[in-house]
Amino acid sequence: MNLDYLDFEQPIAELEAKIEELQLVGNDNGLNIAEEVQKLGEKSRKLTQTIYSKLSSWQIVQVARHPLRPHAKDYIDRVFTDFEELHGDRHFGDDKAIIGGVARLDGKPVVVIGEEKGRSVADKVERNFGMPKPEGYRKALRLMEMAERFKMPVLTLIDTPGAYPGIDSEERGISESIARNLAVMSRLKTPIIATVIGEGSSGGAIAIGVSDWLNMLQYATYFVISPEGCANIIWKTAEKAPLAAEAMGVTSTVLQELGIADETIPEPLGGCHRDFEAMALTLSERLIEQLERLQSEPLDMLLEKRYERLMSCGNS
Amino acid sequence: MSWLDRIRPTGLATKNKEGGTVPEGLWEKCQRCSAPLYRPELERNLDVCPKCDYHLRIGARRRIDIFLDKDNREELDADIEPVDRLKFKDVKKYKDRLTAAQKSTGEKDALVSMRGELKSAPVVVAAFEFAFHGGSMGQAVGEKFARAAKLCLEENIPLVCFSATGGARMQEALISLMQMAKTSAILERMSQQGTPYISVMTDPVYGGVSASLAMLGDINIAEPGARAGFAGPNIIEQTIRQKLPEGFQRSEFLLEHGSIDMIVSRLELRDTIASLLSKLTGRTQPGETQPVVPQAESALDTNPASGEDISETNITQ
Repeated sequence: MNLDYLDFEQPIAELEAKIEELQLVGNDNGLNIAEEVQKLGEKSRKLTQTIYSKLSSWQIVQVARHPLRPHAKDYIDRVFTDFEELHGDRHFGDDKAIIGGVARLDGKPVVVIGEEKGRSVADKVERNFGMPKPEGYRKALRLMEMAERFKMPVLTLIDTPGAYPGIDSEERGISESIARNLAVMSRLKTPIIATVIGEGSSGGAIAIGVSDWLNMLQYATYFVISPEGCANIIWKTAEKAPLAAEAMGVTSTVLQELGIADETIPEPLGGCHRDFEAMALTLSERLIEQLERLQSEPLDMLLEKRYERLMSCGNS
Repeated sequence: MSWLDRIRPTGLATKNKEGGTVPEGLWEKCQRCSAPLYRPELERNLDVCPKCDYHLRIGARRRIDIFLDKDNREELDADIEPVDRLKFKDVKKYKDRLTAAQKSTGEKDALVSMRGELKSAPVVVAAFEFAFHGGSMGQAVGEKFARAAKLCLEENIPLVCFSATGGARMQEALISLMQMAKTSAILERMSQQGTPYISVMTDPVYGGVSASLAMLGDINIAEPGARAGFAGPNIIEQTIRQKLPEGFQRSEFLLEHGSIDMIVSRLELRDTIASLLSKLTGRTQPGETQPVVPQAESALDTNPASGEDISETNITQ
């Protein structure tokens, strides 16, 4: 089994392995196998298309958590220029589960805040697997308030298994830190665009998610409780997570229907982990366009719209 | 075996949820100190054990009833009903779960709101009904809370919310999560306008409600021994793989760590909140026109002593 592929992608992995093998054989023996490789490549693309056109909610959850999926840092490096990371909440510490700083998008100054799960084992541990503690959300708040002062829009990248459930988190008021962000973001006098790039889990996600425009990457997911958590409560076993994912409607399709997500940003075939550059390019184009639109609106109208949107959410 | 068990006819005993036996009707047993509690006495003491000060859980309507003055009460938005937008179904349909909860509690959803007076000063109060789906917050709860807050904004009336909840309601999925942002947004407007909001946490307050409206009070209060936090103790234990310290997430822990302003006994909530609000709204504190619970409160007024003393006063009455 190829670990770079999810279990439902294994047929694709087999084809890709065959292609690789053929190329090796061809190179070694000077044979012309271009035609064969092309055929197989086409077959692989078709197969990927077929598999990805009918993903279940649970499969999308797995794509959203794919170990090779680009993280906040990957987008910060590609979508923005001139990024300077800023650290610390000025009270307790610097939470590496949240990266924040000033940067330029299409040459214009912005504040970027993203939840970062980490890539290598050491990096993951340092970033607490993308589970922020209160100081992370307070750092985010500090940067957002700075953005307001200097009239910079705020762009957030959501990707977390949830706010950290630990003793220290509770001691330092994780609930308050999330609640405060929700309150302040609802009236922050600058445009906010939030993008769920991977996994948007519950309070830990919405704590940087109140916005004028909410994007979801095509295979990103956003939920009030993880499918495993939901399954544990209802069926008393995490194995029923696929059912929970289906019932809760965790995908961009459902969330757009509910009027919660504003836009689904298409991913490269087979998920954005197959092509970081293409994904970053699409995201950057969308953000530039969205920001231009939001910045052309009078600020008081933008804020009133943000507020009304929050107030009417879920009211049918 | 207590004296009560010995004298009680066996036919009167029923098993309660915890497996203990309590006599049906007039007597029950304190869940903490096991003292026999005489129902009418307990009610006069606002469902606080006179022996050990254990605060029993009480429903939303009783909560509001013991808090507001008797006169000039008006329930708000009683017509708001939950909507099953997702057609959520697990082992049961969410719709059926709602019907069952409505039947057993008599409420349409897990929040009751009312305008009224606290010692003759206008106030809006919202209270969570924990018996309704664990007091969880979905669209109806969020909407009802927001409407109560809107009234406060419009008329510049203080808002007091008693929370008792497991958090956001799973069955309404992301719509529930959004209620966190919604309630926080309107509370922020109150804050900016200078309309007071007092959050009272009663056992238990967790998850999405803790991480929104419950923690955003101008003043955060908790009842003694109430548990409040973001993640439930089970989740934390599973994550960190160690036992949690004694008293973790109890009011006393919250006070020590700076999350709340004060711990206030249920018997003193009316007095304390009236006093706080009179300062925040710049009023001189009006005298109490109609004491709701004369026995308990007069006992407190004349004798600010310990719980045992109050109970003795009550028992001799």
